[in-house]
Amino acid sequence: MSGNSSEPDPSFAERLQAARQRQGLDKPPVVQTPGDASGLGFGLRAGMELVAAELVAGVIGWGLDHLLHTLPLFLVIFVLLGGAAGVLNVMRQFARADSDRAKRPPQTR
Amino acid sequence: MAQSGGFEMHPLEQFELHSIGGALGHSVNFTQANLFMVIGGLLVLSLLVLGTRARATVPGRFQSLAELLYEFTHSLTIDQIGPEGKKFFPFVFTLFVFVLMGNLLGLIPFTFTYTSHIAITGALALMVILMATIVGLVYHGFGWFSYFVPQGAPVALLPLIVLIEIISYLSRPVSLSMRLFANMMAGHMILVVFASFAVILGSLGAVGILGALIPFAVNIPLIGFELLVALLQAYVFAILTCIYLHDAVHLH
Repeated sequence: MSGNSSEPDPSFAERLQAARQRQGLDKPPVVQTPGDASGLGFGLRAGMELVAAELVAGVIGWGLDHLLHTLPLFLVIFVLLGGAAGVLNVMRQFARADSDRAKRPPQTR
Repeated sequence: MAQSGGFEMHPLEQFELHSIGGALGHSVNFTQANLFMVIGGLLVLSLLVLGTRARATVPGRFQSLAELLYEFTHSLTIDQIGPEGKKFFPFVFTLFVFVLMGNLLGLIPFTFTYTSHIAITGALALMVILMATIVGLVYHGFGWFSYFVPQGAPVALLPLIVLIEIISYLSRPVSLSMRLFANMMAGHMILVVFASFAVILGSLGAVGILGALIPFAVNIPLIGFELLVALLQAYVFAILTCIYLHDAVHLH
């Protein structure tokens, strides 16, 4: 192939890529920029989801007990349900992150 | 608390509200939090109005910043919600910029971080969840309540699952508001604690001044970390708003 063709053939593109990488002109292939800056936020979110669900459930349970004068009963039930809801929240968060990752093309990951 | 040479450590004092603006400010309870909300709003408004006034094809500094902010939030909204996201873009943009401004303004010394108060983050989170609920009801009518009934769940377990789903839904505004508030408050408290260490050690004489360099040096990367947290938390707030709106529009 001549070098004049407007579209470089794949082998040229590959060689160019390799040469650029040798010279350190390209960033290494493991670029994980925008997503990974929020990796910290992602982790903190997971923890907060667990606590928030437990808190909400505890308040609902306690409120029901307060209204019905059955103090430990609903609190106990709702704290257990709150734990389940917290785990559900975290599972949803991870499932959503997985599907987001699958949707995006690999180089922007 | 810790006392040395008359200096006391008050990491929580920075979060106290005082009315400002004399008698008028006192009568309407205009606090420094309100002042910085107004400042933040004016800064955003002037950035967007003055920044885009030139309408240059090759944008200048402020136009770039304004366009970047706009496009970043726009793509975030459309990516998360889908084509319907256009309708919610003004809402998400306003929230994002308000939270971002609050977080960033607070990093400047002698300012007040209004996002470090749960009253404010809580109000924002309630607004988000009310918005998502109303949008869900408008889009789907009573069908929206099927959101709490996952598909393919065994009927015997339904009472339990629906309760768990409702708790999960109600926990959203709590986690949304607590995350932002806790992050901002904790960061600013840590900064004050280390700065106070430096002052307390510094008052102990020559050895103390050498020792004071250590907490002082810790504070420098901490400020950088707080900058990261400020941007990150505003981003997380915006993206979660989008996710909740997505659920309201699409039901899963």
